[in-house]
Amino acid sequence: MSELAWIDGALAAARPQAMAALLRYFRDLDTAEEAFQEASLRALRNWPEKGPPRDPAAWLIFVGRNAALDGVRRKARETPLPQEVLISDLEDAEADLVERLDGADYRDDVLRLLFICCHPDLPATQQIALALRIVCGLSVAEIARAFLVGESAMEQRITRAKAKVAKAGAPFEAPGAVERAERLAAVAAMIYLLFNEGYSASGGEAPLRGGLCDEAIRLGRLLLRLFPAEAEIMGLTALMLLQHARAQARFDADGAIILMEDQDRTHWNGRMIAEGLALIDKAIRHRQPGPYQIQAAIAALHARAPRPEDTDWPQIAGLYQALEHHMPSPVVTLNRAVAVAKTQGPQAALELIDPLAERLAAYFHFHGVRGAMLLELGRSAEAREAFDRAIALARTPAEAAHIRQHIDRLQAEAAPS
Amino acid sequence: MLYAILCYHSEAIVGGWSKAQDDAVMEKLDVVHQKLAAQGRLGPVARLLPTSAATTLRKDSDPPLVLDGPFAETKEQLLGFYIVDCDDLDQALEIARELGRANPGGAYELRPIGVYHSSALPADAGQ
Repeated sequence: MSELAWIDGALAAARPQAMAALLRYFRDLDTAEEAFQEASLRALRNWPEKGPPRDPAAWLIFVGRNAALDGVRRKARETPLPQEVLISDLEDAEADLVERLDGADYRDDVLRLLFICCHPDLPATQQIALALRIVCGLSVAEIARAFLVGESAMEQRITRAKAKVAKAGAPFEAPGAVERAERLAAVAAMIYLLFNEGYSASGGEAPLRGGLCDEAIRLGRLLLRLFPAEAEIMGLTALMLLQHARAQARFDADGAIILMEDQDRTHWNGRMIAEGLALIDKAIRHRQPGPYQIQAAIAALHARAPRPEDTDWPQIAGLYQALEHHMPSPVVTLNRAVAVAKTQGPQAALELIDPLAERLAAYFHFHGVRGAMLLELGRSAEAREAFDRAIALARTPAEAAHIRQHIDRLQAEAAPS
Repeated sequence: MLYAILCYHSEAIVGGWSKAQDDAVMEKLDVVHQKLAAQGRLGPVARLLPTSAATTLRKDSDPPLVLDGPFAETKEQLLGFYIVDCDDLDQALEIARELGRANPGGAYELRPIGVYHSSALPADAGQ
């Protein structure tokens, strides 16, 4: 790997911690960003000559802080300070700084940085865009591509989000235990939103948007390194890994959805599955179940089945029931119905599904699942009606194409031969 | 003489590699692996999953303490390792506890393995 690629990697890896500490010093996102950028530029000049520092994050924080302070002073006095003075006394100061930056500091700094991005006044897409820009360090152009919008539109969105955050004022006091838990929950939700933004991409868009899943997983692992004993963060990271492990098997060559039971399981990513299973195993030991852990446990049962017919459907149905208890939602009930169909047949599933009709009238999957159950029961006319509704609600060409297959089959069966 | 070669790097950096970068590194390593295996010099090779997937069993207390996360102390040194095949973490912990009863003190870090190649060494290697 070339030197530049190594430095790039080190800068990206150090970014969340360095940005988080710089934000604590300057209490302003723009200043912190400028400071980090200046420090990165100096790293590109300095590291190839002097070799990489022992702790890149600490180096960037120190240099970034001084560069920004220098900028402030320069503006005040109109006389530039010699930059080399700053660099020369760096070695001693760096060692000192590394000692002060213990885990606890980093932890709350990084959590704060992420938490600022999920300000409740920001719509979900702005939260995600801000996190990608500020925490992950993606360029505006990269984020715009992932959201399938123009660069200037994304630039505007991020600027507006930053302005809102600045106006709201960031919480800089050290958080108490309750606040920390609340921040973690908000951040976890934002990370899962980011993941789903990538995961819900259709086959054709997946190459552009799949990177969002990788970023979300990276943030999950980052949180876990900072909060190693948080069961729900283990669950969230496990859930994302287990879902993303199937990425290569989810679409065919034309970008059409392949249902899990038809996927080629040899294309599932074994390393991600192993990591996800290890994490959910760890989480379960805490005996503090939560929505992410339960969803991860469901994904784990799918991942553990070598063939679709080996899937432990009774346990999956039970887990969905537990999930309904933690997170009551008609969508969860719909998912339970799918598992119930496997264990008790389509009639039992329909009895669970039908009461949801009013609340899920505008939900694509409701009509798709209902159609499939009716089809299995031989109620072709009703199935056709459900599929017609589903196709009208499809959000992506892949979803529509999937339903189209059912309708075509029904039509072929109905046609006189 | 058998030597263990232990691999250290920044996890955040290696974890940040794109799939293409990662594949390129593994491909280059594989050339070396194959040469060493053909010479009968290569024992088992393992690539560990991230430390966020690690669990630590402190066996200096009775009963041993299970902690989330990797082994973090710097006062103790890596003295050896086992590779065991388990259904889940609980089974791995059970094995670690049994080993710990035979040899208390210190700690075991349990890290899932992502990539594993079995040994190309002769059965009597190291004797």
